[in-house]
Amino acid sequence: MAQALTDSELVARCRAGDQEAWAELVDRFSRYVYAISVQAFRLSDADAEDVFQEVFARAYQHLDGLRDDAAVRPWLAQLTRRLCIDRLRASARERPTADEELELAGSEETLTLLEEALTVHEALAEIPEHCREILDRFFARDESYKTIGEDLDLPSGTIASRISRCLARLRELLEGRNDAGPASGSR
Amino acid sequence: MTAFDEERLARLIRALPPAPEAWVRAAQELPLAKAELDEIVARAEADAEFRARLVADLEAALEAEGYERDPAVVEELRVRFKST
Repeated sequence: MAQALTDSELVARCRAGDQEAWAELVDRFSRYVYAISVQAFRLSDADAEDVFQEVFARAYQHLDGLRDDAAVRPWLAQLTRRLCIDRLRASARERPTADEELELAGSEETLTLLEEALTVHEALAEIPEHCREILDRFFARDESYKTIGEDLDLPSGTIASRISRCLARLRELLEGRNDAGPASGSR
Repeated sequence: MTAFDEERLARLIRALPPAPEAWVRAAQELPLAKAELDEIVARAEADAEFRARLVADLEAALEAEGYERDPAVVEELRVRFKST
């Protein structure tokens, strides 16, 4: 898709049966769903994979029931949290665990951090491609200067200065949004 | 969100590593799997002989008909045809 769609537009297209839009929706929220299960709830890889597939299967199945298309992000987050708790509850059957304990398993602090992280990742989509790529590779994919430098045919020193410039650019964008008032909640 | 110093931005970008590619691909292919599932169910409803073969040996029947054996589709079909 040439231009980024808002969450509402994307959901509307998915509901209309647009397969490309569905692929984009999965792509847009895949990191978020994954991070909630492995970072906030510390699920094993196998459990996290089951939760991941179940979240998107249910989302696909119940997209028609979503009351506010712009609310797909909190809806997916809530669905992921519920399924993570179900999974922890199932694996705790042999070792009884209080419901309150399970609720606390997904630390609020981590969930808030991930929420902010998703906002930053969405902002990444608005900076130039070369910036997006280098920041994602270095921070999110944990690639070294050497790997990035070899792939992009750039010396290590250039990578470091480019990362710094791109972070500044991202910062300007996010601060500009804050100055302009509350975010719309979707792209 | 208020302050965006470089360290905080780096931490936030780092907080969302990519999900494994295979997981993402499988989720993206859900509509295809759903379409295939609907087609198989519709055929089974219209063709008693095909339905009987599915009930007798699901995986062999799908393979014989050239369907890709998507695990999610196979599991869903197994549930649907189990009680019949």
